[in-house]
Amino acid sequence: MSTVNQFEKIPNNVNLSEDRRLQRALETWQPDYLQWWLEMGPTDFQKDSIYLRTAISVEPSGWAHFDYVKMPDYRWGIFLAPPAQDSHIRFGDFEGQPVWNEIPGEFRNWLRRIVVTQGDTEPASVEQQRRLGHTAPSLYDLRNLFQVNVEEGRHLWAMVYLLHRFFGRDGREEAEELLSRRSGNPDKPRILGAFNQPVENWLDFFMFTMFTDRDGKYQLLALSESGFDPLARTTKFMLTEEAHHMFVGESGVMRIVQRTAELMKQDPNEDVRKMGGIDLLTIQKYINLWYSLSADLFGGEISSNAANYFGASLKGRHKEDSYEDHQVKSDSYKMAVPENGKLKDQEVPLRNAMNEVLRDSYIDDCQRGCDRWNKVLEQAGFPFRLRIPNRRFNRHIGIYADMHFTPEGDPISAEQWERYKQDWLPDDQDREYVQSLMKPVYEVGKIANWIAPPDKGVNAKPFAFEYVRFQ
Amino acid sequence: MISFETSPDSYRHWKLKIDGAIAFLTMDVQEDAPLVPQYKLKLNSYDLGVDIELADAVQRLRFEHPEVKTVVLRSGKGNIFCAGANIFMLGSSGHGFKVNFCKYTNETRLAMEDACRFSGQHYIAACNGTTAGGGYELALACDEIILVEDGNSAVSLPETPLLGVLPGTGGLTRVVDKRKVRRDRADVFCTLAEGIKGQRAVDWGLVDYLAPRSRFDEFVTERAKNWAEREKGKTGSGIPLKPLNPTISNDEILYHNVKLTLDRQRRVATLTVQGPSAGQPENASAICEAGSDFWPLRTFREIDHAFLHLRFNEPEIGMLLLKTEGDLEAVQKMDEILARESAHWFVKEILLFMKRTLKRLDVTSRTIFALIEPGSCFAGSLFELALAADRSYMLDSPDEEVRIALTSLNREFFPMSNGLTRIQTRFLADPDHSESVFSLPQPMKPQDAERAGLVTFSIDDLDYEDDVRVAIEERASLSPDALTGMESNLRFAGPETMETKIFGRLSAWQNWIFIRPNAVGEQGALKLYGSPQRPAFDWKRT
Repeated sequence: MSTVNQFEKIPNNVNLSEDRRLQRALETWQPDYLQWWLEMGPTDFQKDSIYLRTAISVEPSGWAHFDYVKMPDYRWGIFLAPPAQDSHIRFGDFEGQPVWNEIPGEFRNWLRRIVVTQGDTEPASVEQQRRLGHTAPSLYDLRNLFQVNVEEGRHLWAMVYLLHRFFGRDGREEAEELLSRRSGNPDKPRILGAFNQPVENWLDFFMFTMFTDRDGKYQLLALSESGFDPLARTTKFMLTEEAHHMFVGESGVMRIVQRTAELMKQDPNEDVRKMGGIDLLTIQKYINLWYSLSADLFGGEISSNAANYFGASLKGRHKEDSYEDHQVKSDSYKMAVPENGKLKDQEVPLRNAMNEVLRDSYIDDCQRGCDRWNKVLEQAGFPFRLRIPNRRFNRHIGIYADMHFTPEGDPISAEQWERYKQDWLPDDQDREYVQSLMKPVYEVGKIANWIAPPDKGVNAKPFAFEYVRFQ
Repeated sequence: MISFETSPDSYRHWKLKIDGAIAFLTMDVQEDAPLVPQYKLKLNSYDLGVDIELADAVQRLRFEHPEVKTVVLRSGKGNIFCAGANIFMLGSSGHGFKVNFCKYTNETRLAMEDACRFSGQHYIAACNGTTAGGGYELALACDEIILVEDGNSAVSLPETPLLGVLPGTGGLTRVVDKRKVRRDRADVFCTLAEGIKGQRAVDWGLVDYLAPRSRFDEFVTERAKNWAEREKGKTGSGIPLKPLNPTISNDEILYHNVKLTLDRQRRVATLTVQGPSAGQPENASAICEAGSDFWPLRTFREIDHAFLHLRFNEPEIGMLLLKTEGDLEAVQKMDEILARESAHWFVKEILLFMKRTLKRLDVTSRTIFALIEPGSCFAGSLFELALAADRSYMLDSPDEEVRIALTSLNREFFPMSNGLTRIQTRFLADPDHSESVFSLPQPMKPQDAERAGLVTFSIDDLDYEDDVRVAIEERASLSPDALTGMESNLRFAGPETMETKIFGRLSAWQNWIFIRPNAVGEQGALKLYGSPQRPAFDWKRT
């Protein structure tokens, strides 16, 4: 099952050639996908050869192959992780029953919604990032951007496979619509808010891959527990690739912080902007923005959808095995709920708080990344520390959406918010400044002034490697 | 106590904006302003409070803004039109309230359709996002449905799959009867929790047009103008509906022309209508001048209000006795004036409103007896009250003259929801008779009225008081549930219409489902909605 037929029209390890119906469906969709990629994928770099990794197996050892590839020739395909040894549902009302290999009719709609929502984020991020190639700070970064892009494309394939294989005509229609929505287009917006936000510059990009892709990681982790086995196995393999995206984000921000610290040392007034770098305050504002946008992606704190999905054994918790009780019928979760402009602790049925449980793991993860950035500042001898804002800050979804909070999470009035928000979130001047730094550096081994080079390159290659060969 | 009086300046959930021939009625439900502080009105969902304001707006548009030809129903929320009736409200409400709530919302939707059909005020639903359940039913009550095409927004009736109940406001009926969606497709649609969007919604007839988000408002306005241009005719200023301001005490509600007294011990309410006095306006312009104080309008508004008050605030009052007081000839004369001036828009609106009020009585689940006694004035429009009653008792006294009279209004102006007049429905077995009663000499004495079949009993004064008392006491002893079912079965003889299906079939089924464990039991779908548990169904089918 885990053998990958790498040289078929659509590389896969699902015996596609034996499922004529599915093969026909996917082969019909493929040209539309390629058309979408040409229209909405990275602008102007389609003919260049990029040093990309391509998935060729689902085995943990050696699943990836590195070589120069032109992006439209990338081998997008379908890979499911091998079936687990224990094929029993691990949580929810169906705990202990055999996993589902076909869709339970009862949950068809919910599952479709889950798959479509997840699937929609993948092409969305490609669309959001399509112009960044023109301002890449180095060939290494340019290559990483494209790596992320093609893999998001493959993650779209993963969800489309599920739609085509399991959801009949509706599924095929949904798969088409995944290609017809457009990030930021008011008429055909992507489903979730953060995926309609502009990603204008590389600071946005690193924040996006750090925070927004990390939401994706936790969504995939929750789905990889699903009682619907094809979904669980698909998402498990997606996680293998996703790790790199977060590495791009976290290390990208870290390299900016590192460069900023170097520039602070060079100027007696520590005026980083004067030196052509990105000052810590601006970095903090971008953290505040992208962290809060991404926190919204988990959905409402008190959610009947979350309860439904958990109860129906469709979407579990991050590392479900690490919990003792997988039914959680009676437990509750304590959260601060707004009441008449104040916060009051309230016990919410745990199943209804599953989004919050997942968000908790996410927040811890973000904090670990932030701690590593602060190590850089500490080692450089600067007292300033970057911070992950409070989960209530700048939220547009959920129970905190109607109130305003400081980055520390204290409630403030709308007037206070208006007064202080430019101290907390990037304003036009910040954006213009960051944008002014965005000049491409395409020479091998060279890098833009506002970011430090990485410690090591890709696949044991040095930083000074020709990651992109321009046509 | 639930109050049914409101006006645009005190709406909390709607905004009414008039722009020439087009009115924009914007639903912007305040989450934190529910009728009962037990739930939040999220996603533009509604409760009775929201619908009372809508009903008021629909009514006022007809009387106060005759220049309006198109009403655009739209949402004040970004990506959502309306999520329908608030589920947590339904889950936490008692049975009677739920049924009455559905009944009221149905009456409001029918009033919109009545406005489309008879007042030349066309409704357009501008569905700018999720249009679910009661939200879609609201759209279905409009002449036209425009859905935003953004790849995501759908119309849906998810009650069956999500809640284990039926769409409560005529959705099922309107989908197949009004929009004539093929029933197999309707079957698919009504079991699809997330509904249908885009081109398929158009292809299946679930919506009329799609419009992209960026052109949505423009397209809606275009369509609104298009409808408005088709409607020539009435312009000019409307007639403001002044507040009724009834005096409400524990056992009596005093209006200007109407009095409702409550006998809680016997569970009986008596509604007494005061007939018109002398010196009423005789032509349209004088009638307009009298405005909302004009006797028929004021009186029927008061009657309407009293019915609603009874329904929602006095659930244990099982019987409604209808009485009138005044001069029979004055009512006859009033009816003549109304008939003569019925082409004038304001008079027409009054007649249409009287019709709706009488329909409200038809579907009020109380035993209704009309008592025709000395000093009463059951003529024409007021005699409709007696025709609507389950029984009528007329006192036959040698000392005092008791009479009834038909007028031309009984002949055509007040059809029931089955499309027939109350006289036609009454004499289904003998359609000729329903015509010939109008040629009998009017007014009619008790025995003539009984002989003509217009009253149930004419009883002489020796027996009257006792017979009526016994009839009331006997009635009050019967099971209220059985009576509700029995009366509504008997009241709507004759042909079915969309309206009778909505009130008859739909409410009967909903009524039943609302008490079934699969919906409202401890493990029922409606009870558990939004909770961490999934419903457990009793799988036996009837």
